[in-house]
Amino acid sequence: MPALKKLSRQIGGLVITLWIASLVIFLLIEAAPGDAASIMLGTNAAPDTVAALRSELGLDRPLLWRYAGWLGGVLSGDLGTSYTYGVPVAGLIADRLAVTVPLTLIATLLSILISLPLGVWAANRPNGPVDTLASLFSQVGIAVPNFWIGLLLILGVALGLGWLTPGGFPGWQAGIGAAFEALILPSIALAVPQSAVLTRVTRAAVIEVTNEDFVRTARAKGLSRGRALWRHTVPNALLPVVTMLGLQIPFLISGAVLVENVFTLPGIGTLAYQALSQRDLIVVQNVVLMFTLIVMVVNLIVDALYTVLDPRLRGRV
Amino acid sequence: MKRFPISLILGGLITGALIGAALLSRVWTPADPTAMNILNRLKGPGEAGLLGADQIGRDVFSIIMAGAWTSLGIAMTATLLGGAIGTLIGVSAAAKGGVFERLAMAINGVLFSFPPILSAILLGALMGPGALTSITAIGVFMIPVFARVSRGAALQIWSRDFVQAARMAGKGPALITLQHILPNISAQIIVQLAIQTGLGILSEAGLSFLGMGVAPPTPSWGRMLADAQTFLSSAPHLVLAPGLAIALAVLGLNLLGDGLRDLTDPRRRQAS
Amino acid sequence: MMLSIENLRVSFAREHGDPVEVVHGINVTLDKGETLGIVGESGSGKSVLSLATMGLLPRTATASGKILLDGEDILSMSERQLCRVRGRKIGMIFQEPMTALNPSMRVGAQIAEGLRLSQGLSRRAARAEALRLLDMVKIPRAADRIDSFPHEMSGGQRQRVGIAIALALKPELLIADEPTTALDVTVQAEVLDILDELVSELGISLILISHDLGVIARITDRTLVMYRGDEMEQGETEQVLRRPAHAYTRKLISALPNRVRSALETPDG
Repeated sequence: MPALKKLSRQIGGLVITLWIASLVIFLLIEAAPGDAASIMLGTNAAPDTVAALRSELGLDRPLLWRYAGWLGGVLSGDLGTSYTYGVPVAGLIADRLAVTVPLTLIATLLSILISLPLGVWAANRPNGPVDTLASLFSQVGIAVPNFWIGLLLILGVALGLGWLTPGGFPGWQAGIGAAFEALILPSIALAVPQSAVLTRVTRAAVIEVTNEDFVRTARAKGLSRGRALWRHTVPNALLPVVTMLGLQIPFLISGAVLVENVFTLPGIGTLAYQALSQRDLIVVQNVVLMFTLIVMVVNLIVDALYTVLDPRLRGRV
Repeated sequence: MKRFPISLILGGLITGALIGAALLSRVWTPADPTAMNILNRLKGPGEAGLLGADQIGRDVFSIIMAGAWTSLGIAMTATLLGGAIGTLIGVSAAAKGGVFERLAMAINGVLFSFPPILSAILLGALMGPGALTSITAIGVFMIPVFARVSRGAALQIWSRDFVQAARMAGKGPALITLQHILPNISAQIIVQLAIQTGLGILSEAGLSFLGMGVAPPTPSWGRMLADAQTFLSSAPHLVLAPGLAIALAVLGLNLLGDGLRDLTDPRRRQAS
Repeated sequence: MMLSIENLRVSFAREHGDPVEVVHGINVTLDKGETLGIVGESGSGKSVLSLATMGLLPRTATASGKILLDGEDILSMSERQLCRVRGRKIGMIFQEPMTALNPSMRVGAQIAEGLRLSQGLSRRAARAEALRLLDMVKIPRAADRIDSFPHEMSGGQRQRVGIAIALALKPELLIADEPTTALDVTVQAEVLDILDELVSELGISLILISHDLGVIARITDRTLVMYRGDEMEQGETEQVLRRPAHAYTRKLISALPNRVRSALETPDG
């Protein structure tokens, strides 16, 4: 089966790139100044205490050993123990993902909901008022930093109008409503630049497909402009939109780090950032690997979406 | 979007003003951007200087001007370095093909999954925050972007008749790349340089906002925003000015890039 | 059904300068069951003429004159009225079977779409009708092909699907714009035969646009020769081809290969 063969080849590629990434991450962290033991015990610790902890942590073992140990741990779900929090890194990351994953998903959903109708509408009447508005929105939206939008939202909506909370996260145990409420403004901040990019791509793709012969065939069948647009043009214009969605993933993750910081959300971005400032390098190391994994898996999903959207790609190896 | 004159002119003007402000800040600013004046603390626009004063009474307008130098300097250096390396990889991949091309593009894929903030977190662990960290983190992300664009553009030129003719004439891939490929893809590279410098400014602002960019007291737009966060309700002007500066700078470079693209893209030129 | 085009002029707006007129006052009448060929080289305005008849001219185009379909002027119809004419009264087949079908939709669904929309057929009934239409255009093993995507079919099969789509709503007039030009020579004959058979079987009128005199001669009763938006001559196909009145028609005929030309000269060979 060609589809299965393709998938296994893709997963093979993913494993190899992930392995290279893990090697790079490990070596960079290894080269970083300061080791775990002295960070954990503070600067005034006695040298022999430090040495004892070093051997306990396995830091005195050779480089290759430690790399193998980390990799083995990653595969078995044991990511080690955080230097500063003293808890397993895996649990720490899982807790934080429970904030970041919903945040990025809501933002993505929001950006699709904004950009798809706007882009299609703009393309339907090129140079009309909606098109002008859409191109203005996409030019400005791409240029505006999302963390600044976050600050403006806090200033205008939370402090100014008194709606929603200016930051913080009550946790999912506080109820879905409360948790969701805390994610609304951050999601909007994250979604604006996304939708600016997507609007632009959608508009261009729809305009290109509108001129295809099969749209004319559809019109010759007696379909109205609107129906031909939504039934024939838009489905065939989605491919570049999905491509762009995939390409935006790294930016979405970067954006999440910043936006979580603005709204003091306990997400994975905040974790990475705090771990860095506290030199909790084992957390940094694992979080970065995690990010890489997410980016690559999402790219794989995007690739799979292609074949759903374009039947011509099915069965092609 | 048939906007060639407007976007090019507007983009050129904004970018020109940005570069002008950055250069001017080296020799003159309304006030010393690092000089504290506690009496002016958090004063609004007009009360102290054109754009007010910050939490320790420094003149915001002067910091914005000096910040242009920082932003533009880091973004341009990173883009030029990443652009040069990426273009080199891209055109070599197009010229060599085969295993080298696949390997180069695979490495690209890995690099592309490291957005600037992620690399900065890694590099920050290695060498601490600073201009070098920012430049490296942003530059690394530029490599795959330019490699992709230049490879695609180069492959197109490679399939043209005149390149085939040069090949028949016995010229090697390196010489052909130098004589035919690079001159013909330079327009696309320049367009990318403009647009990516804009993205670089955005990334730099993000890094300084997180405290992973240039160290104080070097003025930086991102850190201005981070500082302003504390005084959000008491001094909103501190949030507005740097954000607008970033947005305007990126907008200008994007418009410039779009305008240049409309001007140089042969397909669009035919259409008009 | 009766189509009557009176003094049709079509011009296109340009970004700079005055609009360009590409069809300069064409007159055509077509009765029920009649077949008309329109010949001319590319740029002669024949495709613009057919798009105008469908009410599918691009936005930049302006048409004047009259296109009367059963006495009603297509040029003055509202978009809503036009949607009721397209497909139901006039069906159209396009030149490029490779691009004329939606690549992401199964062919059965593309045929059934018009049926469901304008006749309000159920999904099942529309599918059954689509299957009948596929059979009618002689797609082998139609039941297996109804769920194919266009890219899984050959050019000739796709063009048959195109014919099925155009005939789905039982129009009284069929416009075929270079229906076989993009096909292999062997396939051309098959598709033309199907078209010819169906038109006479169903008693519908046909406008066949082609640059190929051989194709025109085979199928049409009457022929209109166009050159750069003007009518060169119009009349019985046999007359026009055997005794061309206009120098341009003679030029077109003399450009044919000998074999085809001699076939034109032998009556009903």
